[in-house]
Parts: sequence; C-alpha cells; structure tokens
Amino acid sequence: MFFEMLREPSILVLAAIILAGFSGVPGLFLRHGALGQRLATSGALLASLLALPALVRLLLAGGEERYQLAWNLPFGACEVALDPLSLFFLIPIFLIFPAGSLYACGYWPAADRRASEPCVTFFYGLLCAAMALVVVARNGALFMIAWEMMALSGYFLLVAEHEDAEVRKAGTVYLIASHVGAAALLVLFSQLRVATGSFLFPGTGALQLEAASATLIFIAALVGFGSKAGIMPLHIWLPSAHANAPSHVSALLSGVMLKIGIYGILRTVSFFPERPLWWGGLLAAGGLLSALMGICIASAQKDIKRLLAYSSIENLGIITAGIGMALIGTSSANPRLFYLGLAGALFHVLNHSLFKPLLFFGAGSVMHATGSRELDKMGGLAARMPWSAALSLCGAIAICGLPPFNGFASEFLLYLGFFGEARAPEPYLALGAPVLALTGGVALICFVKLFGITFLGAPRTARAAQVHEAPATMLAPMALLAGLSLAGGLFPQLFLALVDPVISVLAPLSPGRSGLPVRPVWFTLAGGFLLALAAALFWFLRRRQSLLPAATASTWGCGYLRPTPRMQYTGSSFGELFGSLAAPLIRTRTAMGSVAGLTPGPARLSYAPEETVLHRVIQPVFGLVGIAFSFLRRLQHGEVQIYILYIFVTLFLLMLWVH
Amino acid sequence: MIDTLFHMALVLAMPPLLLGVIGKTKAAFAGRTGAPFLQPYYDLGRLFRKGVVISDTTSWIFRAGPAVTLAATLFAALLVPLGKHPAPISFEGDMILFAYLFALGRFFTTIAALDTGSAFEGMGAAREVTFSCLAEPALFFALITLTRLSGSMSLTPMLQHLTFPVWVGAGASLLLMLAGLFVVLLAENCRIPFDDPNTHLELTMIHEVMVLDHSGPYLGCILYGAALKLYILGALFMNIAVPFSSGNSFLDWGIFACSMLALALAIGTVESVMARLRLTRVPQLLVAALILTAFSLVLVVR
Repeated sequence: MFFEMLREPSILVLAAIILAGFSGVPGLFLRHGALGQRLATSGALLASLLALPALVRLLLAGGEERYQLAWNLPFGACEVALDPLSLFFLIPIFLIFPAGSLYACGYWPAADRRASEPCVTFFYGLLCAAMALVVVARNGALFMIAWEMMALSGYFLLVAEHEDAEVRKAGTVYLIASHVGAAALLVLFSQLRVATGSFLFPGTGALQLEAASATLIFIAALVGFGSKAGIMPLHIWLPSAHANAPSHVSALLSGVMLKIGIYGILRTVSFFPERPLWWGGLLAAGGLLSALMGICIASAQKDIKRLLAYSSIENLGIITAGIGMALIGTSSANPRLFYLGLAGALFHVLNHSLFKPLLFFGAGSVMHATGSRELDKMGGLAARMPWSAALSLCGAIAICGLPPFNGFASEFLLYLGFFGEARAPEPYLALGAPVLALTGGVALICFVKLFGITFLGAPRTARAAQVHEAPATMLAPMALLAGLSLAGGLFPQLFLALVDPVISVLAPLSPGRSGLPVRPVWFTLAGGFLLALAAALFWFLRRRQSLLPAATASTWGCGYLRPTPRMQYTGSSFGELFGSLAAPLIRTRTAMGSVAGLTPGPARLSYAPEETVLHRVIQPVFGLVGIAFSFLRRLQHGEVQIYILYIFVTLFLLMLWVH
Repeated sequence: MIDTLFHMALVLAMPPLLLGVIGKTKAAFAGRTGAPFLQPYYDLGRLFRKGVVISDTTSWIFRAGPAVTLAATLFAALLVPLGKHPAPISFEGDMILFAYLFALGRFFTTIAALDTGSAFEGMGAAREVTFSCLAEPALFFALITLTRLSGSMSLTPMLQHLTFPVWVGAGASLLLMLAGLFVVLLAENCRIPFDDPNTHLELTMIHEVMVLDHSGPYLGCILYGAALKLYILGALFMNIAVPFSSGNSFLDWGIFACSMLALALAIGTVESVMARLRLTRVPQLLVAALILTAFSLVLVVR
C-alpha cells in the first residue's frame, strides 16, 4: 500500500513538500549544530531527488491531479492540485532549495554561526515548503495561509544578522511592503468569493464577470502579486532585502520567491475566459518600463548584491512584458504572438531562476572571502578564486542575454514577438524591441562592471589580496547552475518542452511549438559553432604565444612608472558615465570635501546611489499616515491581558453582527 | 556553393583593405603620399610573428578576450548577406543573433581591458559600453523598419527586398535610416568623429585605449577583428544604400567590392574633414541617430 503510493508521482511531490518543510526541524533540537545542518541538507537533496523526476514526468504527461485535505476551518473544501502551471513553478523551487542548502554548508556553516544557523536552516526549509504550498493551493484561505508563511519565513531568514541596524531596517520595509501586498490579495480573494460563492479557485476560463468586477480583481492581483514580483514602483522592499539577507537566502528570494508573484498573476489571469486588451498593454508597458528603470538604477549601484537585486527587477520586468505580450496576443486573436510572449516569459522564469542564484552564490563566495559587499574594495579575485570567477562569468554572460547561454534564448523569443508585430497594421508593440535592446545594453554595463571590478585587475584592498577559493560545497551548486544555464542556451528545446504543457493549459487553442518560427536546433548549431570557433582561436593564440618569445611586465601605465592599484577604475567610476546620461533616473549623493589653499590637506569624496521611490515618495507619505493615526498608538501598550481582551471583544462583536 | 566560397574569401581577405583605403584617403587629403594600400596586411603579418608581452596583473580572461571577440565577429560575418548574394547562414531572427554577437564581443573586449587593472583601459571600457548601449537601439529601430518593409525577419530576405521600386516608395524613410546607420557605423567602429583610431594617448580615447596592453598575435587578432567589424557593418549599410542588382552573380560581387571601397573612401573623407567631437557631444550625436532611425520607422508606418 505504502509503496504503491510512492509510485504515484503526485504523492511524491506532496511528500517532498512536507519533507522540505520539516528538513530543518531536527537541527532545532540537536546540540551539535553541524549534524542538524547535514541532516537538513540531506533532507533537501532527498526532497528534490523525489520531486524533480516526478515533476518532469507529471508535466510532460499533462493533466491535473487534485487532492482534498481534511480540515475543519469554515473556508470550504481545502483543495490542492497539481496542474502544469503549478508543476512548472515547482521546478525552480526544488532546484534552488537543495542548491542553496548545499551552498549554506560552506557559506553559513554551523561551526561558525552557532546562534543563527539552526534558525536559518529551519526557515529555509519552511520557506521552500510554503512557496510550494502557495503554488499548489486551490483554496483562497489556504493560499493566504501559505502566503503568510512564505512572507514570514522570508522575514526571519532576511534578518538572520539582526545585530546590524541596516538589516533590521531592511526587514521592516520588507514586512510592511509584503503586508500591503497581502492586503491587496485579501481584496482579490474576497472579490472572488463574492463572484463565485466559494473560496475555491475557479477553473481555467471559468470565471465570467462583468467588466468592473473583473477589473477590480485584475488590479488587486497586479498590486498584490506585483509587489511580490518586485515590479516598479512596487519594488521598494526588494533591493535592501536582497542585499542584506545571507547570500543563499537572496538566491532563493530572488531566484524563486519573486517568481511566485509571476505565478499569481498567471493564475489570476487564467480564471478569465476573456482578457481585455488593456490588461496586456498595461503589463507589457509596465514590464518594459520596470525592466529599463531597474537596470538603469542597477548600473549606479556599488553594492554587489544591491546591483543583483536591481537586475532582478529588470528580469522580472522582462517576464511581465512577455506575459503582457501573450495577453495582447489572446485578446487580438494572434496565437503566434501569444505563444512567443508566454513561452518567452516562462522560459525566462526558468532561466532567471538558474543564473540569478548562480550570481548570488558568486557574490556570496566573494563576500565570504573579502568580508565586504562593496565593489570598490575588491579587484583581482580571479587570481585566487579561479573557479568562482569562471562560474560567475558564466552567470554574467547568461544574464546579459548573450549567446550561447540561456538568457539569449528566452530574450530571442520575446524579440521575435516584437519583430513579428512590426508587420501588423498598428505596430505599437514593435517598439518593445529597441527598449529591450537598450535594456540589454545597460545590462552589459552592469555586468561588465560587476564581473570586471570584482574579479579582474589588481586587488584594491589588502583583504582582497588575501582571499581564498570557496570550498567544494559552495562551488558544486554554482557549477550545476552554470551547466544548466549553458544547456538552456544550447538546447532550448529541453526547456521549451517543460513550457509547452503550461501554454496548452492557459490557451488550449494555441499553436504550441509550431508557433515558434525558428527551429530550436539553430541554437544548438549557432552556440556550438561559436564555442568551437572561440576555442580554436584561443588555442591558436596560445600556440603562437608559446612559439614566440614572451615576457611579462607590469601593466603599461602610459609612461607613469609607479602605478598603484588605487589608481584603477572603480565600480563607481565605471558606472559614472552612464549615470551622468541617465541622471534624472538615477539619483546619487556625492559628498566632497573642499580642496583649498596652497597645500590642501587630504580630501574625501564619497558617492552613494539613492533609493528615490522609497526615500522621496513612500517614506514621506508613510510619515504623514503615521502622524494621522498616532492616536491609535494608545491601543498598543504592551499589556498582554488587555490584548486578549481586545480579541475577545472583537470576536463577540463579530458574533453579534453575524446573528 | 560558389557564392558561399566567395563570401568566405571576401570576409577573410578584404577587411584590412578598407583600412588601407581609409588611410590612403586621409593621406591624400593631408597632401601626403601615405602608406601603401596593403599596409594593414603587412602590419597583421608582422604582429602574428612578433613576441608577446603580457601584464602580470592579468588572468586568462585577458587572453580569451581577443579570441572570443574575433570568433563572435567572424560568426556575425556569416549572417550578413554581401551584395545581392544570400548569407551562408540564414534563419528567422538571425538579425537578433547578429546584434547580440557584437554585444558578446564587446563584453569580452571590455572585461579583457578591465583585467589589466589600468585606469586608462577601465576608462575606455566604461566609454565603450556606455556609447554602444545608445547605438544598439538605433540598430534595432532600423531592423524593425526593414522588417516592416520586407515582411521578413531574417537579414538576407530583409536586405534583398530593397530593390529600386522599394526605394522609390520609401525613399525618405530609407535615407533617414541610412543617415542613422552611418552614425552607428562610425560609432561602433570607433572612427572620427567619435574616436580617433590613430591615437590612444589622449583623454577622449575609447577603443584604442582598451587594447593598450595587448601585443603580438593578440593585438593582430584585435586589429583584424576591428577591420572585420567595419566590413560587416559596412556591408549591412551598403546593402541598403545600393539597391540594384545586375542579375549576373559575378558582376554583383564586383559591384559589392567596389561599393565597399567607396564606403571606405567616404569614411576616409569624413575623417579628413571633421574634427573629433568632445566626449560630452558623443551621446548627443548617438541619440540623434536613434531619433533618425525612429523617424524612419514612423515614416514607414504612417
């Protein structure tokens, strides 16, 4: 009986979710921290070994499995279901969770982090399980419970280093933003309840509503899920949260949790049989704008993880733009556009959940070695950390969307969608192509800066000169992700095979892979040819070099004889030129001491990018709200018995109201 | 088949000649005799026989930079049609790969420059990435216009569609596009008025300064790659500018080769009669090119 159940792939997936959720529990009770961490990591690996093959099998088979959980809460049947859309979003969860757990063994080892490690490990597993539960839930109440579990475990992971005031502040901003988003979701689910009479999710295309109520649901979903996905201007929590969390947590937050927002948008949109044109237009325009703004601000950052966080805003913007393109495709009866948009978006979801964690892991290795997040204090790390450097390089090429890595393949699909629209009578959507090209150009600035300033050149500080290579537990997950990124670029058909069932669920009449105007084998040929040509030229140059007289010398300083590493271009100076062009978008604070007199003393110049939306808009508004509602503070006095009284009185009043 | 061989042969052999023609033109304007037309070939031959000096700050990235950049440029050369002959490799969406191969080359050129740890090369790298991120959208606007005109999403049919009747119908738009693309051509290849390929010891330098530390065969690769890039973007430009075909394949190859030499002459003339722009003016000119190409799209849509 038990073994027969285990043969059922959907049961395996649910078992893996439970296993992931409890993976960190033994560590809470074990004295010996390292054992708990090892148990948790084995649990994570086992969970993903159980889940991933089952997920792929179920996804390729199509269809849907539904289960009812027994609960006695008054919210209707508690249903979980595994349909292709859910299965697809479970894949990144079960890919990044074990990778991050393994990485944590080297990055956040129990031996060094006695106090925080059991907690971090426990919430890491819980976050994974909560995200998986969000994705499989089919009941609004269960969804919200899982959503809150996800938000709160994210919070506790994020404040792992809560001794630091900056971390606590980032945590607070995250918590508030997350709950503003949750409030919008409550509106969404109560509207759904009003419309359908139950908390159960409607099936695909089963929700017929008049325009006003559909609009309300769509806007609520956009605010609630958009703030989780970090779409501008709802992104305010994202940069500081990702920068201040431990790197393996940032990888999970950025690589996976942001995608849960995308899942929510897709799920909500799937309820409606008809999607007005402006929904798609809004998503496409908002996504492209968010992508462009995000990457422009990223180019000004000097904190390695903040840069990566802003680049997540860019990538999520690209994904949103793809969804917008797909919606425009359905509402204008253009199945080809629908396919390219949605396939591009979903493919990019997978891709971003490979290369962004890879880059966060790389950043973590750098921080582990140098103890700093500031780009301008690094340099020359490639000499002592060759593996981390090479793997981070793969991530940087992939995220810039350059061939032969996977970022190119997914952006290629979106470009095809934009270019195809150039032939339409009203080619507005074609304007997306230059915007995407500009975004790609700025992404190149960001990642040349990130990689070049961190790993290349000469060490800028003494600490950077004495770094050590990351241990194998940290390199192995990075190598896996880099390998998958390359595989996605060379064999996009593998990833598209996972995307296709999702598309056929969201639009049963879509043309499927036949809507793809280019045969995927071209990617294999082009990428293989490029790699072979580059390798041949590299080998040829090496050979010439070995045959000819060769010498080493110091870098040519244009005649200056005593250059120091401090004379190198820093990250700030590298981004300054573009920053000056995009000055209205990127606000920076430059403080400079005056240089005066015949023999001026030492002067300092400091440079810091600003969080414009947070500091200039949100915080003043919240300040005013705080003043307006200060009288409510009297209710908060810290006496627990009175709080219990509040609860009792509220329940009593509610009962009176109901009867 | 014979066309493919011609394509390969031209792509491999002809690019340095353009540099020779440009040099000769500039010399003629300055009243000098100038170096022979084949001087760039001699330079390349010399560089591939010379020894190498490598900075002790650098890693393998520094040596991979020229190889990857040249590989990407060579690949791009196979995607663009020369004259009225189809490109050896052509598929739906190849123009996107074309644009991104240059981006890949740029990525590796700039990280190889940063690898030396020199302030000058860092400066050049920052300028290169910044200016080309402005040039890229202009190229894409031009490609969209071409897609709309031809209804096709591949470089070969897109460019072969431009016959004389098409020019008569959409002449204004194509002229604007050519103007924009000429600016992009000059900027991407670091010619005057954006950059002076002959100097690298001034503060307005871009491309030449990024390769200060490369020597011997590595520098040869870079020089050849730069000539090839000029050749490819020039071929793209000339495909739009020269709309007629004689019908005879061999005659067409001749027309194409002559048109490329004419382009080199034009670039040499521009370099002789213009001064280099101040660095702060460079983005303005690039944005102007972007607007020109955007206008060409607007004129086609109407």
